[in-house]
Amino acid sequence: MKRARACVLRVGGTNCDEEIKVALEELGLRTDVVHMDWLEKGDVHKYQLLVFPGGFSYGDYVRAGAVWGKRVVSKIRRDLERFIESGRLVMGICNGFQVLVESGALPGGDGAFSETPKAVLANNSSARYECRWTYLRCENGSTPFTSKIPVGEVLKIPVGHGEGRFIVESEELLRELIKENRVTFRYALPSGKAAEGAYPFNPNGSEYDIAAICNKEGNVMGMMPHPERAFFGWQAVGYGGPEGAGDGRRIFESIIEHIEGL
Amino acid sequence: MIFTVKAEVSLKRGHFDPEGDVAAKALRDLGFGVASVRVGKTYTIKVEAADASEAEAAAKEMCRRLLSNPTKDDFKVEVLGFEGRSG
Repeated sequence: MKRARACVLRVGGTNCDEEIKVALEELGLRTDVVHMDWLEKGDVHKYQLLVFPGGFSYGDYVRAGAVWGKRVVSKIRRDLERFIESGRLVMGICNGFQVLVESGALPGGDGAFSETPKAVLANNSSARYECRWTYLRCENGSTPFTSKIPVGEVLKIPVGHGEGRFIVESEELLRELIKENRVTFRYALPSGKAAEGAYPFNPNGSEYDIAAICNKEGNVMGMMPHPERAFFGWQAVGYGGPEGAGDGRRIFESIIEHIEGL
Repeated sequence: MIFTVKAEVSLKRGHFDPEGDVAAKALRDLGFGVASVRVGKTYTIKVEAADASEAEAAAKEMCRRLLSNPTKDDFKVEVLGFEGRSG
């Protein structure tokens, strides 16, 4: 077992928390799944990685991720600020990405959180729930979440969401995200070229085909696709036998390499 | 006093509304001459406040902090009435 520890938070309506635990433990990382209501003040500092999993937290009432996002702000904001500022990793997957956006942790502000959200994951432009495999082009291979994935490499990882259309409050912010290399994955064609909005390769109509972004420091990342659903070879499309791994594994391997060094 | 306040959260003008477009199409299929539909949410909130302007200010703050997302939503609030003293 590794020295570092991970915490997967859950609340009513989260899913794939156990899959994330299985993925991390398969790579030797001790992982607790903890209900946010059980989290005492200071508890997060026992961990080097905090994961907000997917699902439909609080029934997705108000907006997807909004209720949990605001509860994060009212309950654990100070702890989480310290956690983020110390360089530890926070990851949001699917609904977890929506939570990080609604809480203001992504794209983030001058501190760890912006006072109001600067982006939103809006209804898919198809007006449907999109459950499909996507091709993700790695745009920045030097974050703690992508260090084992060269820029330009394409991962096959599935999405499952109704609200994944990433839009930001202004053109300037979009330009800033691109310029600062904070778009970590874009939806792509099988060839690896950006989808440029083409459906279904860009499954939700996200601006600039954005599938994942990180904060300024690179230690908070949110992504709509589910890497834990493409961890083992047998979960992946075109499964050919017991050998091999799913592409999502590369993200978890990157994370673990980083946090073992913290 | 307990005030009843209506908070309406709607997509910003011109903001793409897939749910509205689907509803518009379904209404046209039923024979209605619908040009467009925009979908929003209405929250009817009972809030304790000293007077109507305090109730309105509280509801606006609720919209800012939870009920709307400024990237895509506009909101407006309206005080509908009050119910007398609380507890």
